[in-house]
Amino acid sequence: MKPPAKMSKPTSLFVIFFSLFVMSEAVFEDQVGKFDWRQQYVGKTLFAHFDSHSQSSKKLFLATDKNIFASFNSRTGDLFWRHVDKVGPEGTIDILLLHGQDALMVVGGGRLLRSWDTNMGGLNWEAVLDTGSFQAACFVAIQDTVKHVAVLKKAVISLHYLTNGHQKWVENLPDSDTVQYQAVYSGGEEEVYVLGVVPNSHLTIIAYSLEDGEIIKQRSVEAPWLSSVESSCVVIGQGVLMCVDPATLALYTLPIQAEEAPQFNQILLQSLDLEVSLGFQPVLVSSQPHPARSPISEFFLQLGPDHHVLLQLNADGYTIAALRDFQPAFLVSFATTGEKTVAAVMTPKNETACDINLFSADSGRRLLDTTVIFPLDLNGGKPFKLYVHAFLKKDDSVGYRVLVQTQDHALTFIQQPGRVVWTREEALADVVTMEMVDLPLTGTQAELEGEFGKKADGLFPMVLKRLSSQVILLQVWLAHLWKLFYEARQPHGQVKNEVTIETLSRDEFNLQKMMVMVTASGKLFGIDSKSGSILWKHYLENVQPNAVFKLIVQRTTAHFPHPPQCTLLIKDKDTGLASLHVFNPIFGRKSHIAPPALPRPILQSLLLPVIDQDYAKVLLLVDDQYKVTAFPSTKNVLQQLQEMASSIFFYLIRSDQGNLSGFRLRKDLSTERIWEVVLPTEVQKIVAVNGKRPNEHVHSQGRVMGDRSVLYKYLNPNLLAVVTESTDAHPERAFVGVFLVDGVTGRIIHEAVQRKARGPVHFVHSENWVVYEYWNTKSRRNEFSVLELFEGTELYNSTVFSSLDRPHLPQVLQQTYIFPSPITTMEATLTEKGITSRHLLVGLPSGAILSLPKMFLDPRRPEVVTEHSREENLIPYAPEMPIRTEWFINYNQTVARVKGIYTAPSGLESTCLVVAYGLDIYQTRVYPSKQFDVLKDDYDYVLISSVLLALFFATMISKRLAQVKLLNRAWR
Amino acid sequence: MASVPRSFLLLSIIPTILILCADFACCNTGRKTGDGLDTDFSGFSVPLEHSFQVDDVSRFRMRGALQLRGGRETSVSLSQSQLSEEDRNTLKEVAAVDGLYKIRVPRVSLTDRQTERQMDGYLTAFVRACSLVESHLSDVITLHTDVSGYLIGVSIVTIPGACRGTEVEDEVDLEAFNTTLTIIAPTNAPQPETALFIERMDIEHEKRGKPQEQKSFFAKYWYLILGGAIFLMASSSAQPSAGGAEEQQS
Repeated sequence: MKPPAKMSKPTSLFVIFFSLFVMSEAVFEDQVGKFDWRQQYVGKTLFAHFDSHSQSSKKLFLATDKNIFASFNSRTGDLFWRHVDKVGPEGTIDILLLHGQDALMVVGGGRLLRSWDTNMGGLNWEAVLDTGSFQAACFVAIQDTVKHVAVLKKAVISLHYLTNGHQKWVENLPDSDTVQYQAVYSGGEEEVYVLGVVPNSHLTIIAYSLEDGEIIKQRSVEAPWLSSVESSCVVIGQGVLMCVDPATLALYTLPIQAEEAPQFNQILLQSLDLEVSLGFQPVLVSSQPHPARSPISEFFLQLGPDHHVLLQLNADGYTIAALRDFQPAFLVSFATTGEKTVAAVMTPKNETACDINLFSADSGRRLLDTTVIFPLDLNGGKPFKLYVHAFLKKDDSVGYRVLVQTQDHALTFIQQPGRVVWTREEALADVVTMEMVDLPLTGTQAELEGEFGKKADGLFPMVLKRLSSQVILLQVWLAHLWKLFYEARQPHGQVKNEVTIETLSRDEFNLQKMMVMVTASGKLFGIDSKSGSILWKHYLENVQPNAVFKLIVQRTTAHFPHPPQCTLLIKDKDTGLASLHVFNPIFGRKSHIAPPALPRPILQSLLLPVIDQDYAKVLLLVDDQYKVTAFPSTKNVLQQLQEMASSIFFYLIRSDQGNLSGFRLRKDLSTERIWEVVLPTEVQKIVAVNGKRPNEHVHSQGRVMGDRSVLYKYLNPNLLAVVTESTDAHPERAFVGVFLVDGVTGRIIHEAVQRKARGPVHFVHSENWVVYEYWNTKSRRNEFSVLELFEGTELYNSTVFSSLDRPHLPQVLQQTYIFPSPITTMEATLTEKGITSRHLLVGLPSGAILSLPKMFLDPRRPEVVTEHSREENLIPYAPEMPIRTEWFINYNQTVARVKGIYTAPSGLESTCLVVAYGLDIYQTRVYPSKQFDVLKDDYDYVLISSVLLALFFATMISKRLAQVKLLNRAWR
Repeated sequence: MASVPRSFLLLSIIPTILILCADFACCNTGRKTGDGLDTDFSGFSVPLEHSFQVDDVSRFRMRGALQLRGGRETSVSLSQSQLSEEDRNTLKEVAAVDGLYKIRVPRVSLTDRQTERQMDGYLTAFVRACSLVESHLSDVITLHTDVSGYLIGVSIVTIPGACRGTEVEDEVDLEAFNTTLTIIAPTNAPQPETALFIERMDIEHEKRGKPQEQKSFFAKYWYLILGGAIFLMASSSAQPSAGGAEEQQS
């Protein structure tokens, strides 16, 4: 295999040579996108603006809760560009303002002010703001041109130039320790107004001069009913402050610019014949179409969850006229084009759709032919917000497009007359957990399966059945032929293979699967792994934002005619109370099986290999009184559980107490504590516990060594890897602990301490090895360590593994390497039978996914090369782990903020399906040992078959000739 | 029933897997022990309790006393009494119904003894009662400590560990425990071995690199340079006549 001459080369050269020899698995250019796909997301929309700079603009700007500023093509929903900022409060987008070609953004709770060029998405400038929490910001215009932006913070107001971000002036706000400044307003005059409130006492109005930031006037107005300007006041008309008070059920108006001591003018809602729904906090909605002009004098008042009123402030500035009452109406929004301002109102139409209509803002008249129908998805959330883009048509009438945001973070873009242009499922930006489920067999395959699966009921019916299934097969075959014929006649490229839920069926090698993804918002998705198209979605309402999810496949597709069954355990993190959602992973439909009621907090859930009569695996749920609930809990299951009770063990981990304990099930489904290990929390805290994946297969029991003896692996299926971090964070004393604990007996198999190390620790536990990565505090670098467990050269019991009968501790080998990059997540490849060599898939912060051969992480890598180690193909030890760019499985398709990697075996032993998720979702296939069981694409079928045929005929002819010759000789 | 003299075997410390300290104490003691071990030991004693009940409800009773000594050389020894007639019968009964034999030790710290060394709670482990009976009470008890000397876990296995259903006839076999006791501290995980690697690289580099370095450029290629120079000289002396003639023609 390797020329011996190469062996004598220096070790480093040998390593390079060897690794090049073993792996060269980059993607070829023509393979890009053939087996892989990527979808990019941005998250829940906080601010959205349409580009109104030019009439034909297709741009849509979004700022999201994932700290992303993005631009979309509003015709297709595709991403133009996206800026991913830091995670956490440092990168939060406080506000997004759009003017012309500039997008102004305050980032990080008032840390930075940024201006973006909306055309290209480049950064114009960035200005660092003074400290203090952000309150409000607005554009400031002089003489009809917008030149400045005002930023209001808790104790300071500053004015910046729009062109370069330089600060024009900055002023401290008076009495900022008592007055809460909450709003800033500019109506195109020479002043900027700041509104502050002392809750339930008075309102403060300060006018600053635009020129130098001097206080021109300062007013204090009695307002004992007012608690917050932000939530209950808006500015309308010629600088009139309009507030609503839910207690007195009244509107209050106040001219901001008034010279003399102003007073609030009270208008009772009763006098306008308006009534607020019980317990509802009324909301005001206003619109300022252009920062250089004052806001329009019409505004919406929301009186109930589905009740809005369009009101107008009369020219006198005191009286209010009701223009139109909208009930029922879910959402309202103002939009302006040219000189016209319109109001869009969404009203429910029927169970499955909503109407959106335009109304003239100044009269409340409905505009003709403006109805758009928004289809309500029964498996989606309710509409949450409307973003309207109005434009003038050629005949000077107003046309519009509308972006609807629903509670499940989905965005739907609708055009007149009621066509859904695109939908984006932004919930997928935060995938929490996922599973891959095999697709069902085709109808015919299922038919055959069904025939063999059912019990025999007499000879004649069986014959009939066989005949009928043969007829069906014939039909399908004819249909297939017809389809082939039909497709052949179509011009190339027109044939579309649309994947729909009806046509889903398993392919020959089980490469296409259903990806069931659970997102943090509580929306479930079924995605076709081949194309990435969303085949079903289901929104679970009432999911708490801090819920934790666990997805369990209880029944796979292998048990026709029983449908596959998945169970999602949703647990509230604070209370521990849980609920179950049982569904069919192929169609997303909720199962009719009623899940058990869980009145007590759930500590642990475990899936047993026990199956009920319907082939569903039994799920055990342990509550805080250590009582066990079984699901499904049929008689059959309970009987089986009673029989097996003494061999069902489980463990619980209380990381806050450092407690690991083991339990055994009793016949009455109560439990008994049988072991306990306590890691004192003063010294170290448990950060992660990981068992092995239950669907993992290990093909070889041992490793053949150089001297032809076998080193047997310690393959304990109950082994847990427990990782701890020291409470002492001092770089000299910090450590990372790795404990290998048997989950049945509680025996500590191995206990190792990595000194001068600190987390975050990422680790993979599989087969007979554990790989972990940590930060070395002394050398300030990331390091990888690998632990391998061997039983030795003899097996204790070669037929079966029992944790209860393995008295000897395994040999533990360990080696550590330097890794030249930090990592964010790690997973190991998984194949059908475990013959293929393993790779580690490492998600890097850059978004690349590295496929690192496990061969490089082998504690038996020798320091000095010997005959035996060469025989064994061991790579000589090198302290540094290489990163080769051809190992990046996602070439330039980086996965932003990669959070998890999921691997699943396919029907081909060589192939492992990989899904990386984070902000983006990337799906591909990896071949750790190359495609040893697949013929190459350019395999020459013609040559092989012609050679075979030629040989066949040659033998025939020569045989005939030989016969003739023999005959002739016999006659002689 | 001669009492076997106590023997302390010091395990040779394996250099690669650096066990902090691992002492071994074989105990096959008679009825009354504890003689001559309290004076020279500055250690302390904690109870080792066991429980075996037919109904599998834990009722822990005294099995023996663990003598622990912390410090640089952590050591442990065990003094335990024989099983009574009643206990033997119970153990056999428990083994017959495949019950569990559990042991527990209190959570203690080996080093930090000035302060409250005993924390609340116990560390528990178990073994199948039948395997204990079939192994004639020969068990291996291991105590695990963490980096700062707290006991974090205990484990018990029997050798052999299997339950084959063989009947133990001889009552004498079930009288006294044949216990192997170990205390294990965490091993230090290795660091990347950069020093050794660099050393090896240097050696290899020296081996291969030295002879080539000493030869200078001229020393290596003097013959080529000389040959080239001669060739140039020869061609320059021969050229003018031929080249000049050609130029004139064109």
